[in-house]
Amino acid sequence: MNKLLIAFVLSLFALAFGESAFAQAASDAASAAAPAAPMAAASGASAAEAASAAASTPVANKGDVAWMIVATALVIMMSVPALALFYGGLVRSKNMLSVLMQVFVTFSMIVVLWCIYGYSLAFSEGNAFFGGFDRLFMKDMFNPKDGTFAMAATFSKGVYIPELLFLAFQATFAAITCCLIVGAFAERMKFSAVLAFMVLWFTFSYAPIAHMVWFWMGPDAYSAKEVVDATNAKAGFIWQMGALDFAGGTVVHINAAVAGLVGAFMIGKRIGYGRESFTPHSLTLTMVGAALLWVGWFGFNAGSALEAGNTAVLAFINTFSATSAAVLAWCIGEAVFKGKASMLGAASGAVAGLVAITPACGNVGLMGAIVIGFIAGFACLWGVTGLKRMLGADDSLDVFGVHGVGGIVGALLTGVFNNQALGGPGLVGDWVTATVSSVPIMDQLWIQFKGVVITIVWSGVVSLIAYKIVDMTIGLRVSEEDEREGLDITAHGETAYHN
Amino acid sequence: MKMVTAIVKPFKLDEVREALSAIGVQGVTVTEVKGFGRQKGHTELYRGAEYVVDFLPKVKIEAAVDDAIVDRVIEAIEAAARTGKIGDGKIFVSTLEQVVRIRTGETGKDAL
Repeated sequence: MNKLLIAFVLSLFALAFGESAFAQAASDAASAAAPAAPMAAASGASAAEAASAAASTPVANKGDVAWMIVATALVIMMSVPALALFYGGLVRSKNMLSVLMQVFVTFSMIVVLWCIYGYSLAFSEGNAFFGGFDRLFMKDMFNPKDGTFAMAATFSKGVYIPELLFLAFQATFAAITCCLIVGAFAERMKFSAVLAFMVLWFTFSYAPIAHMVWFWMGPDAYSAKEVVDATNAKAGFIWQMGALDFAGGTVVHINAAVAGLVGAFMIGKRIGYGRESFTPHSLTLTMVGAALLWVGWFGFNAGSALEAGNTAVLAFINTFSATSAAVLAWCIGEAVFKGKASMLGAASGAVAGLVAITPACGNVGLMGAIVIGFIAGFACLWGVTGLKRMLGADDSLDVFGVHGVGGIVGALLTGVFNNQALGGPGLVGDWVTATVSSVPIMDQLWIQFKGVVITIVWSGVVSLIAYKIVDMTIGLRVSEEDEREGLDITAHGETAYHN
Repeated sequence: MKMVTAIVKPFKLDEVREALSAIGVQGVTVTEVKGFGRQKGHTELYRGAEYVVDFLPKVKIEAAVDDAIVDRVIEAIEAAARTGKIGDGKIFVSTLEQVVRIRTGETGKDAL
């Protein structure tokens, strides 16, 4: 019932505010006739600069647009069906549909929230921690009067993509990040509580972390030496520190993993944990899910270049090789320490490698990627065995063991293998001239470490409060009777399999 | 009349069926079952979690046969289902009081 109310209120808000924003956009269409890239246009450059930017309205390259549409669709496939199947196969058959539903509906809900306010909170100009409200209800992104679209900056000077496309691409990131958390409290959380928690966590953890790590004014904003400091100051807090996170090691994986771990602690263990058999009901579906994740991840990682260019190619091959290395590492680890290499191990290794290469893919060199994948395979195997026993939480599907450990390994090693001395591409040290340079390894590692710690603490605190609020209002957990019966029947009134 | 109940390894089902047909057994009933004997179970490992599987899958074959061929039936099943390794299964023989063919109403040996 609660979830229905939430949904109704949200849709009412959407309608009311959407209408007014629409009307407003139409009324001052004249003034917004040349919607240049918000990040670039609002650069604080001189009036002459702004005028010249307006005069040469940026035009998106069709190749970039085509690639980013494909990449966005690939990331949608990563959540529904890939992640849903990967997780679904790992639970008992009586909870299969509940996992599929939690992923499916969380994904859809976050996309709607992203369009309404999430994008604005994350990717419009605000302070170092939160964005502003300039893009509430996707305001000014499409001008129906003259059919023009606002443009968003990429990582190359003078290269733009339609901002709506950037919004859509980033929507899939926000949504899959929330879906990742589902694995930690699978098989025992109320459906309504899942959705309520997601709204809170998305608003107060995902959006600000995305803003802190990824928001900046774009390369064209750095028009002259004099504006560098002012332009830097408008970027997100972690971005200003110089932390590298190509496709979301901190924003997506560490962020979600910490929320999952806190949830596993707060909700408690599943009934029968450690005594009854919790064997995965279909490793076949888990393998299908993991394989689809791998394919989709090329959109996630290579798409994060925002252009169909060389950086996308670097991210693509690194995503390919690191993942393969991690599969091998996990299987070798299992064969040596447990005696047998397993299908679940291979699938888990693939995800571990994909997670670890996510922050690194466009930021490290070719052999660096393989090393990162290899280390991640072993590290995450430890994450789901040794570390899991140490933590003592019932993280049902090892969200922390894989995404947390893999994310941290990847985020830190990005700082190592970014260096040109180790074959990495280096980073743009001066955006005015777009000059590439390398930061000393220990310095960059320290910056990466700070980014990781901030993310862990921020997500941990927000999660704790969000779970507490949901627990006090809706209640986190289903009844013992319902848990034994299975959430498919008790929460959704249907059964996955009929034999 | 005897009821011969054999518990065998699942992959031996086809061989047993062929051996029984060869000696003139007209029909059998097959059920997928689980159980344990001296073979015991095995352990399965999913990420860190280890589970002991106590009950192993077997196939139960039931055949109602005439007293005259019961020894040959037993021999046939034994020969077809044997691998020589632990877990080959067992054969139980019990006396059958009555048999009725539902379609015709025949009883006893005629209904076999």
